[in-house]
Amino acid sequence: MTDISSASGPAASKAKEAKSKVFHRKVKNYSRYERFWHWSQAILIFVLAFSGFTVHGTIRFIPFHSAVMMHDIAAFVLIFLWLFTAFWTFTTGQWRHFVPTNAGLWEVIMHYLVGMMRGQPHPYKRTLSRKQNPLQSFAYFSIMTLVGPLLWLSGLAYMFYSFWAGNSGNHEIFSLVVLLHLIGAFLMVAFVIGHIYMVTTGKTLIHYTKAMITGFEDMELTEAEVTYLEAHEPDRIK
Amino acid sequence: MTDHAAFRGLGIAFRHLSAAILLTALASISGPVIGWSNANASPTAANKTESTNQSAEKQITGKKPGETADHSKFEILQQDFKSGPEVTKACLSCHTEAATQVHDSIHWKWEYDNEKTGQKLGKRYVINAFCGNVASNEARCTSCHAGYGWKDMRENPPSAPEAVDCLVCHADTQYYKKFPTKAGLPVTEPTMFGGKPFKVSNLIEAAQSVSLPQRDNCGSCHYYGGGGDGVKHGDIDSSLDNPSVDLDVHMAADGGNMACSACHSGSGHVWPGSRYDMDAKPQARDEEGKKLPSFAMRRMNETASCESCHTDAPHQGKTLEAIKLNNHTDTVACQTCHIPEFARGGVATKMLWDWSTAGKLKDGKPFAIKDDKGHPSYDSKKGDFIYEENVQPTYSWFNGKVNYVTDEDRLDTTQPVVLNALGGSAEDENARIWPFKLMHTKQPIDAENKKLVYMHLFGKDANAFWKNFDWAKAIQGGQDYMGKDYSGKFEFIETRMWWPITHMVAPANKAVQCDECHVKGGRLENIEGVYIPGRDDLPLISWLGYGLIILTILGVAIHTIFRFATRKQRNH
Repeated sequence: MTDISSASGPAASKAKEAKSKVFHRKVKNYSRYERFWHWSQAILIFVLAFSGFTVHGTIRFIPFHSAVMMHDIAAFVLIFLWLFTAFWTFTTGQWRHFVPTNAGLWEVIMHYLVGMMRGQPHPYKRTLSRKQNPLQSFAYFSIMTLVGPLLWLSGLAYMFYSFWAGNSGNHEIFSLVVLLHLIGAFLMVAFVIGHIYMVTTGKTLIHYTKAMITGFEDMELTEAEVTYLEAHEPDRIK
Repeated sequence: MTDHAAFRGLGIAFRHLSAAILLTALASISGPVIGWSNANASPTAANKTESTNQSAEKQITGKKPGETADHSKFEILQQDFKSGPEVTKACLSCHTEAATQVHDSIHWKWEYDNEKTGQKLGKRYVINAFCGNVASNEARCTSCHAGYGWKDMRENPPSAPEAVDCLVCHADTQYYKKFPTKAGLPVTEPTMFGGKPFKVSNLIEAAQSVSLPQRDNCGSCHYYGGGGDGVKHGDIDSSLDNPSVDLDVHMAADGGNMACSACHSGSGHVWPGSRYDMDAKPQARDEEGKKLPSFAMRRMNETASCESCHTDAPHQGKTLEAIKLNNHTDTVACQTCHIPEFARGGVATKMLWDWSTAGKLKDGKPFAIKDDKGHPSYDSKKGDFIYEENVQPTYSWFNGKVNYVTDEDRLDTTQPVVLNALGGSAEDENARIWPFKLMHTKQPIDAENKKLVYMHLFGKDANAFWKNFDWAKAIQGGQDYMGKDYSGKFEFIETRMWWPITHMVAPANKAVQCDECHVKGGRLENIEGVYIPGRDDLPLISWLGYGLIILTILGVAIHTIFRFATRKQRNH
């Protein structure tokens, strides 16, 4: 199996090392906060999907009342987490990783459709300044800026219905709010399914999962990068 | 901005801030303050058992407890009263305005002018889906008139001040009871009714026992509407004399111990709370019609609504749950959740009445049958019935406006005729979802004119149905009495009547649970025009959404198959 962070065939790697010296090192790509954010968000999204589709009537393993409470509390926590993470992303400069780009997007898509079946190496080489491939950036950026806010804006309107509905109830607008919230929910579920599957496409099935737990990942670094990290951020490199 | 203006701005901001703080403080302290001190009102465990004793604690009424007069000490009440009107005369010697006030009330006139619909309603005019009409059956029906001797609906009630019946509302019911067929008079000598001795009233004791009306005073008529205990309303029957907290939190002696007039709190012998014209969504408003904050509702008077005390934000606390529950109050009436079932006190209510089968005789004699639960199921005088207990209400949008079918309306008999059509829909800003008892009846109409007819049931004459069991004569008799056109041909049609359910409020923990409405096929299955989470779906978006998820899973599956199939060639 292939791994996007390391060259696959020995031949290819040799050719590269000949050009400029490449160091294979374990680098902490995901900081403690980032991992905390990822996993707490994951749990919250599962709780929200479970309780949300209970409220919607798709499933009913727990009473409606409990589902509403669960959904509302989890929603508030997730919105808070989203806001804090947005703050964190900008203050730490991590936002650069999420900016979507078309460059190489098609190659990555073709790799997942065709290339990886043929055992070809991943076309994208992740670097310290860009740890996500274009498809990831595209997906995460959409979720963080479109689907997420769609969900929680419509969710807040849903929750605080009586503050805006007025005396007549505004039942049509309420239905529209429900509609938007449902669209967001379905997109989010589809994303989560796709995301969980993509996670299994690493060197081993749990390679990426492990990276998101420990924070460390195999990277190809230049000599300069190794020197820099060892000197200034020794915790980030093993 | 000049310094002066800046200061003024600051001043305004400060005033707003302090007003906000004051309002918040007011709202929070007014929470637990519902009414007056319980010192005089709440009964001790000891006297709960002696509810028939005159000295038992009185129920909370619309007025603060604490009486300044003991009527048994009044000389004028210590005479040997021979009749009801004699007692009334004595009452009026002090309560000089009482008769005039009563003469102005619906309890006296049986007349209600509905300003919203322009209809003239009241027992004097309405034909309902129970006993039908008062007219031509007076002495029987007027046993529930708040007076003595009204024997003809075509005329106004007797005008003499002493024709007002003070005792039926104010006397201890153990001493006083109106006789069923004497146009409102009690009996003071042993008299039989229906083969059994009827209660002999003791007018002297009764006169000396007067107080503000207790539940059994109101109940002596209102429990028995439709001709028997619990027959008509479903949420008002004799079980409310001594209800458990589970049956009614407000009326239970160990609950609120409230009399009817605690909520139906009027003055001058007039009470709010008629079903003919209701306020389905009570709101406190200022003179310009702007909605006032919730707690202002407590200043509303003369309304018998939950909101009058509880406001439209009744669920207390700043919890998420309270907020979510309070979000319902613009759409759902309090009663919808807080009265899970009616007829819960052990008294069944009549849900179906088929007059068309009345008049069967066995060996030339009328007879009656009971169902396996002991409730009447047939009576030669009245036809077939279905009685039920613990009935889940029927729900409907309701804006308080009720449109009655009168004796002048031509009926469309292709479907059941609703005798009191409810106003309101999801779009109506004064409407909310209310619980009802939906009465099913079969009753006679003029087969050619297609109009409701008057049934002459009670009387000693040859036309009275309960004497000769002949519908043709009984209907002709009723129509003639009222001077109405009649083709001479009658038929029985299906009618419906909506009875708002608003009593028998259960404790909070027995309220309807979220799941019972927020589910497919739940209590509110037939409510239209509103999206109810858990009940409703948006079919298009759901199809697309579930489709998207299925496609995603399918994509993942196909990808997995290809990965699995190509794993060997990649490893080499």
